[in-house]
Amino acid sequence: MVIINLSSMRNGQTGKVTGVGGGFGLRRRLEALGIRVGVNITKVSGATRRGPVVVRAGNTTVAVGHGMARRIRVEVV
Amino acid sequence: MKILLMGNPNVGKSVIFSRLTGANVIASNYPGTTVEFTRGYMRLNGERVEVIDVPGTYTLEPTSRAEQVAVDMLKEAKDSSDNIVIDVVDATNLERNLNLTLQLLKQDIPILICLNLWDETKHVGIKIDVDKLEEILGVPVIPTCALSGEGIAQLIKRLPDAKSKTYEFDEEDRWSEIGKIVESVEDITHRHHTFLDRLGEASIKPATGIPIAVGILAASFAIIRFIGESLIAYLFEPIFEHLWKPVIIRFSAILGSGGFIHDILVGKLFLLNSETEEFISGIVQTGKMIAGNSVVVKTITGELIPAEVTIDFTQSMGLLSTGLFVPFAMVLPYIIAFYLILSFLEDSGYLPRLGVLLDNFMHRLGLHGLSIIPMLLGLGCNVPGALATRVLETKRERFIAATLMAIAIPCMAQIAMIFGLVGKYGIKGLFPVFGTLFVVWFLLGIAMAKFLPGESPEIFVEIPPYRIPNIRALLKKLWMRTHWFLREAIPFVLLGVFIINVLYSLHVIDFFGRIFSPVVKGVLGLPGEAVAALIIGFLRKDIAIGMLAPLGLSIKQLIISSVVLTMYFPCVATFAVLVKELGVKEMLKSTIIMVLSALLVGGALNLILR
Ligand SMILES: Nc1nc2c(ncn2[C@@H]2O[C@H](COP(=O)(O)OP(=O)(O)OP(=O)(O)O)[C@@H](O)[C@H]2O)c(=O)[nH]1
Ligand SMILES: [Mg+2]
Repeated sequence: MVIINLSSMRNGQTGKVTGVGGGFGLRRRLEALGIRVGVNITKVSGATRRGPVVVRAGNTTVAVGHGMARRIRVEVV
Repeated sequence: MKILLMGNPNVGKSVIFSRLTGANVIASNYPGTTVEFTRGYMRLNGERVEVIDVPGTYTLEPTSRAEQVAVDMLKEAKDSSDNIVIDVVDATNLERNLNLTLQLLKQDIPILICLNLWDETKHVGIKIDVDKLEEILGVPVIPTCALSGEGIAQLIKRLPDAKSKTYEFDEEDRWSEIGKIVESVEDITHRHHTFLDRLGEASIKPATGIPIAVGILAASFAIIRFIGESLIAYLFEPIFEHLWKPVIIRFSAILGSGGFIHDILVGKLFLLNSETEEFISGIVQTGKMIAGNSVVVKTITGELIPAEVTIDFTQSMGLLSTGLFVPFAMVLPYIIAFYLILSFLEDSGYLPRLGVLLDNFMHRLGLHGLSIIPMLLGLGCNVPGALATRVLETKRERFIAATLMAIAIPCMAQIAMIFGLVGKYGIKGLFPVFGTLFVVWFLLGIAMAKFLPGESPEIFVEIPPYRIPNIRALLKKLWMRTHWFLREAIPFVLLGVFIINVLYSLHVIDFFGRIFSPVVKGVLGLPGEAVAALIIGFLRKDIAIGMLAPLGLSIKQLIISSVVLTMYFPCVATFAVLVKELGVKEMLKSTIIMVLSALLVGGALNLILR
């Protein structure tokens, strides 16, 4: 078990969200789209250095900017 | 009594609104389609009730102007005790939709829940126990499929049962409450990835997505041109040439072939050599009408030749000739073709994916990927394009996006006219026009990103699932937009033609032509009469481009005037919306950028092109 951030996950990899850094506003917005502590998310696409990251949580697919992706901490196996 | 349709974005609120009120609003498969509220009316127990379609929002803490509208509407609706909210919920995403539902249940307004996209739950393997959900939440829950209309009658029947504050919970525990609810009402069966799921992933990963995007855009362009040209060549032009022309020529004779009224209605007449079918110029004298519209004319060389008095739809400039031909036979076919393809792309769910792919690129222009959607809408008509900038988060982004669109994105009406006028030169004529506009769009974006203070926020968007567009919904949308075009365009085009005639007969055009000649002739290399097109361009761009037709411009002049007419100023309808969206001060700033860059680019083209 390691904790990394969403941007450094491999495409296709699944993990459990352990925390969202940054402000309350960002946390609220991510939450509203189903990305919050305790849920499993799968990275669909996105480079590790820059550019948007696409992630699936349940039936929802969301694209977030790279800065946001770096603030989402994920526990992967 | 007022009924508000609220819910997360892209859950089908607008389709339900159309079902309830019979009023038509645009619905598309991406979040942020509705950015402004729309009012409609329905009958409820013999009473006229106002229904409002509200922009979608994820929370009651707005992050964009569109979401702000939603929150403001709710606040306003809470003032009166008999207003209610229909909370539209995406049944395939119950958990996160309940987040907003629970927030709404804390408000002081009765709600009921419309569990929409019910048909889709079968496809994704979700079962929801509706009765149990209703029992837990304490408000009516009605499953619906807005597209087919299933459940809508039931929804209307249950409206009186709407209740407020039936579900008490501690704000701290919101998500665990939601978890518990979902746990007890939802049953998910595992399902295999479908073809559309796989396509969904392939089209968003850069390696496969970029080739797919290039393919889709190239195919869209080719199809639009093909449909547009075919409609013109096989339908609209024949109708005008063979059916309408004889009527006008007869009418012209009745009006006495001349005079002020005649010239405004019919426009200029031309003489066609009956044998060679060519236009005759340099006539000394026309003889008596022999029969119908045939005459004998005497040319400069003293020759007597049989000729026909006729009109030319692109040059006569009468209300009934050019005034109808331009909107119906030159622009409408392309409007139909463009909106057919755009609607297809919208309803499939492709647009946000394109936004993600272009995200890196758009950041150079100080925007994020989602701003490609206002740009694409702007290609149809700048008015909805300008409104769609509301989905962007900051003022700076909205300014950049709106300015770029107004300057460098010609609307379909204008593009169609450019095709009609410059298209005969093929790539040699079209490439310099659209290539220049693209370069302007790009460089100006880079400049604004650099010089305007502030950061561009990152993309943050829900990617909807791919869906096969529903043909009836698609055709309805096409009809709405075509209808909207006809309603907006025809009066303005006719007004434009009327004004041109009046200005010409009062010699106002000559006057302005002389005043602006240093700029128009000196800088842009255009004849003085081109001023007329620039004046009418304030009103509408399509007829403005059309006015270039009789001027006998060279290919270089056509290119310059097409580019300048696009850039120098938005049409009045777009201008009005931009003032409303940006505010007077920002719009003034934007206008200065437009005029200056139009002169700069037009002047540069005049120097570069040969
Ligand atoms: N299969 C299916 N599709 C639906 C249903 N209701 C709506 N849609 C489609 O879902 C998409 C979104 O519908 P809209 O009505 O635009 O959604 P909205 O909630 O108004 O979205 P915003 O204006 O962005 O907040 C459209 O493509 C509709 O055709 C439904 O019950 N079943
Ligand atoms: Mg809508």
